[in-house]
Amino acid sequence: MNRPLETLSLSVNGNQVSLPADPARRLSEVLRDGLGLRGTKVGCDAGDCGACTVLLDGVPVCACLTPLAQAAGRNVETIEGQRDTPLQRAFLRHGAAQCGICTPGMVMTATAFLREVQAPTRAEAEEALGGVLCRCTGYTKILDAVLDTATHDTPPNPAAGRAVGAPVPRLDGGPKVAGTEIFGADNVREDTLLVRAVRAPHAPAAFTFGDISGWARSTEVMVFTAGDIDGSNRFGVIPAFADQPALAERHARFAGEAVALIAGEPAVVETLDFSGFPIVWSDLPSEAPVHEAHPDNVLIRGLVRRGNPEEALLRAAHVAEGDIETPYVEHAYIEPEAGIAWMEDETLVIQACTQAPVMDRDDTAQILGLPPERVRLIPSATGGGFGSKLDVSLQPLIGLVALKTGRPARMVYTRSESMRSTTKRHPARMTAQIGIDAAGQITGMHFEGDFNTGAYASWGPTVAGRVPVHASGPYHITAYHAEARANYSHKPISGAFRGFGVPQAAILQETLFDDLAEKVGMDRLAFRHLNALRDGQTTVCGQTLHGVGISACLEALHDPWGEALARAEARNAQAGAVRYGVGVASCWYGCGNTAIPNPSTIRVGLTGDGRLCLHQGAVDIGQGSNTVIPQICADALGLPLSHFTILGADTAITPDCGKTSGSRQTYVTGSAALRAGQALRARILQMTNMGEAAELCLQEAVLIVREGEARRHIDLSALPEDDRCYVLSAEESYDPPTRALDENGQGAPYAVYGYGAQIAELSVDIRLGTVRVERITAAHDVGRIINPDLATGQVQGGIAQGLGMALMEDYVPGRTDNLHDYLIPTTGDMPRIDTILLEVPDPEGPMGAKGLGEHVLIPTAPAILNAIRHATGARITRLPALPHRVLAAIREAGA
Amino acid sequence: MPSYHRPASLDDALNVLAETGAQVAAGCTDLFPATEARALPGQILDITGIADLRAIERNEDGMRIGAGVRWRDMLRGDLPRALDMLVEAAREVGSTQIQAAGTLVGNICNASPAADGMPCLLALDAEVEIASLDGSRHMPLSDFVTGPRRIALRPGELVTGFWLPAAALAGRSRFRKLGARRYLVISIAMVAVRIVEKAGKVSRAALSVGACGPVATRLAAQEAALVGCPVGQMARAVRNDLILPALAPLDDIRADAAYRGTAAAELVRQALADLEHAG
Repeated sequence: MNRPLETLSLSVNGNQVSLPADPARRLSEVLRDGLGLRGTKVGCDAGDCGACTVLLDGVPVCACLTPLAQAAGRNVETIEGQRDTPLQRAFLRHGAAQCGICTPGMVMTATAFLREVQAPTRAEAEEALGGVLCRCTGYTKILDAVLDTATHDTPPNPAAGRAVGAPVPRLDGGPKVAGTEIFGADNVREDTLLVRAVRAPHAPAAFTFGDISGWARSTEVMVFTAGDIDGSNRFGVIPAFADQPALAERHARFAGEAVALIAGEPAVVETLDFSGFPIVWSDLPSEAPVHEAHPDNVLIRGLVRRGNPEEALLRAAHVAEGDIETPYVEHAYIEPEAGIAWMEDETLVIQACTQAPVMDRDDTAQILGLPPERVRLIPSATGGGFGSKLDVSLQPLIGLVALKTGRPARMVYTRSESMRSTTKRHPARMTAQIGIDAAGQITGMHFEGDFNTGAYASWGPTVAGRVPVHASGPYHITAYHAEARANYSHKPISGAFRGFGVPQAAILQETLFDDLAEKVGMDRLAFRHLNALRDGQTTVCGQTLHGVGISACLEALHDPWGEALARAEARNAQAGAVRYGVGVASCWYGCGNTAIPNPSTIRVGLTGDGRLCLHQGAVDIGQGSNTVIPQICADALGLPLSHFTILGADTAITPDCGKTSGSRQTYVTGSAALRAGQALRARILQMTNMGEAAELCLQEAVLIVREGEARRHIDLSALPEDDRCYVLSAEESYDPPTRALDENGQGAPYAVYGYGAQIAELSVDIRLGTVRVERITAAHDVGRIINPDLATGQVQGGIAQGLGMALMEDYVPGRTDNLHDYLIPTTGDMPRIDTILLEVPDPEGPMGAKGLGEHVLIPTAPAILNAIRHATGARITRLPALPHRVLAAIREAGA
Repeated sequence: MPSYHRPASLDDALNVLAETGAQVAAGCTDLFPATEARALPGQILDITGIADLRAIERNEDGMRIGAGVRWRDMLRGDLPRALDMLVEAAREVGSTQIQAAGTLVGNICNASPAADGMPCLLALDAEVEIASLDGSRHMPLSDFVTGPRRIALRPGELVTGFWLPAAALAGRSRFRKLGARRYLVISIAMVAVRIVEKAGKVSRAALSVGACGPVATRLAAQEAALVGCPVGQMARAVRNDLILPALAPLDDIRADAAYRGTAAAELVRQALADLEHAG
């Protein structure tokens, strides 16, 4: 029953407001829906993430935990009251906002802190911001910004031809720091229906519906089930493996699966008690196959085999072998899935957070039985994705309601709903043997891994494909057998998460490398350098590579490694219960799809009135494609970056740039942007009969082309519009040249790879098993640095996720569906990070560039585990390395 | 129809409670996370409007911490050193946002086995002040929390605060919390220790452990063993066999039971070692 409304007054950003409201209502809801101040974000509704932080009489509080009654008569400050403050400018300048969803909460918390403490230390700032979670940045740049509000120098706009390599603040950063960015939950239209899902309480379980229409009448809502779906109720990110219903039909394969939708007036639906919903559940045998077509529950096997590893291991001077088990890891973006759908004439428009708008459009159209051109996907800002927002979640659900009712339909997942129903990192059980000769050269490797892909295929085939290709690490191994299986279970769906299984495999390979170095008596870094893949060598897939950067990364770490070892040794010289250790690990990662086409298309055009428009469809989920792609295009064209108007992403106006996945956008879409810029430039030079070295200058509607003394003008306003509505335009596509893998995984799975290596320095309290990571030195070869600030932001954020995976993250279905039982790093858990960016140009990448986004996470966890072992002798074989596991491993090592 | 009551006086609050049996609310840092609803459900009695409950008061008999006192208030007060542990705990509860809203009394009434306030208040011999229309009563904190999410509060009763007797305000104290991350963390184990010394020796020890059983507990055997111990040797006097029998830890996602016991003993050792040096 609803509580009667009272009229309450409060001051919001200095304005007195009165509104009728439930005094027990969360202040966050009142601000967002009552007052339309949607800069305050909601991430958990439990005080676990701090995204909703506002100031109550100057003090930071979680608006989600504050009943309106307690704010009455008091002064509330929200992000909307912060207008271009020195702190917000510092956030922009330092790249402190990536996806931007935590930014309002961070800015408000830091604002209160800086009022109290004039010249804070970093430690004080860490403590003050400890209650606001960020999943993108690793906090480094946020703390940098908070400690640097006094300076005012914004970097100048780069001149024509100078955009690539410049530390350009993200072009879409302004709305993020102002809190005006539109995320999935931030667009509300008039007359919108609120939609909630009825979900399976446990699984596997069959269900039957009772008198749905009677219940719907009595509760004044509408109910939609699988029976209302007119298209194919099967989707999947890989069409050949599509096996997931948008709404389950007869039985649920995992707890949290949606079985029905409730839609109605928001006030009715939000308070509706689902316990009376007419559905009867009956348990199904959990040992039965998850899908009848896969009686052994094996979705797919991936294999890479080269040479004769069995014989190599038999003949090896030393063999290291081991097992590693890793758990489900939750993406834990701060923005739960949210979106809104509405009809525009015959077109179904969906605005939702996503990493893959074209895939969303096609999947939604297929489910709803519409031609794709009748569905338009406008990605909202995406408050973190990391792989999970590649799969559709609520898009077909709100689409169904909007299509059936003709009214806008909106859905905002709760934190628990997001965690229960969307994809995770695959839990893995892996075993491997690696052999070396007496000189330390690797002679052979055997790897096997089982990856729990959960109830539906999602990206299981990709994980099974990527892992065998990458399990060698960036090393030269000529005798190799690696097999990965993706296995169904009645558990949450495993999908894509930064690295697609490669981070798990790297943990095993890199920890075994420390065993091998020890067996052969070599320095651990030198051992890796000895075995590093070199230019012109072939990979385990038989692909000959050029532009290989792993040696450069390991060489860049030579001095930091020596210094780190010396620091640990000096500190360990003093006997004590805190021991210091250093570890190193490498990564490589192929950019783009694995031997499957994944083209991107970029359009750039000049209008008759001199607007330079870039149709940029590569979804920016915080990683920076809205900035990096224009930077590449600007230099290819030869006009200043500041001239560009960026359009999209929007399936109605941007050509397909594929998905933001596989570290592919800088490389693949960047290559398309390079070609589009070059094509437009070539057209201009041809029109003016100028040479390659000519300089372009855009002055309103006049394009001036100069070369030496020669100078020509193009009056854009005098040119006719082409069929793209530009007077001059170009559209170019790029698809990585790969070669399909044969039955032994031999071929050319990727055209471009990126490389990296990281050193972890940490301390372990051997009485408690607690680990404190103190410093990470990260060397990453990006081929060509397009934007150094965005690149270091990726490195820092990837390290935070790698640290979480190593030390604390463990998703237990049904038990950790919140952000206080599922732990991700806070400000106080992050080490100092020293980033070294290297440029070993790739012959294929745009201007030599390689991908980076996923690479950065891969070395962190194994480097940390290797450092724990260096400090204490403890071998961790089950992640995360929680204190009780570390202490047990220390005792085992000592026994 | 459910109502939201926010009286300004204790008498009004007790009347509301007697009439409606409403859920008592203060910082709401446990109530809101327990629901996905947009508003707190049911009848609510919000006690944060009662000015009398917001005070920390001290006289020669002891100290009273009102039910409206928030964790953040502990960081501001000029408190005796015996309460250092409570101040340290205040900095470890959730985050600054949580500390600004959550109350000490609410932390106890929520009766989580991992309530940060429990070990400290147990080591301060806290008594719970309870009021109802029938009058008021005191009871020892150790009797008040009877199990996970269970407290000895009768219908119509409201906790108005804690009473810390003067004897418990003596000495120096430390709080140690162990979790898998730095901030916003639920304890794997935590300890509070308070030591009263006389002529360089321990004259009284109050030790307690949280998150290692259904309810936080005092360590009577270890306390007794510390009495008479030179202050400089307290940590060495900690013995796992005196501590572990007092605990009933569980295996859960955060740690296994055996680890919890070992860790609790180690935290007691570290907290006492810290007091040895702090002088």
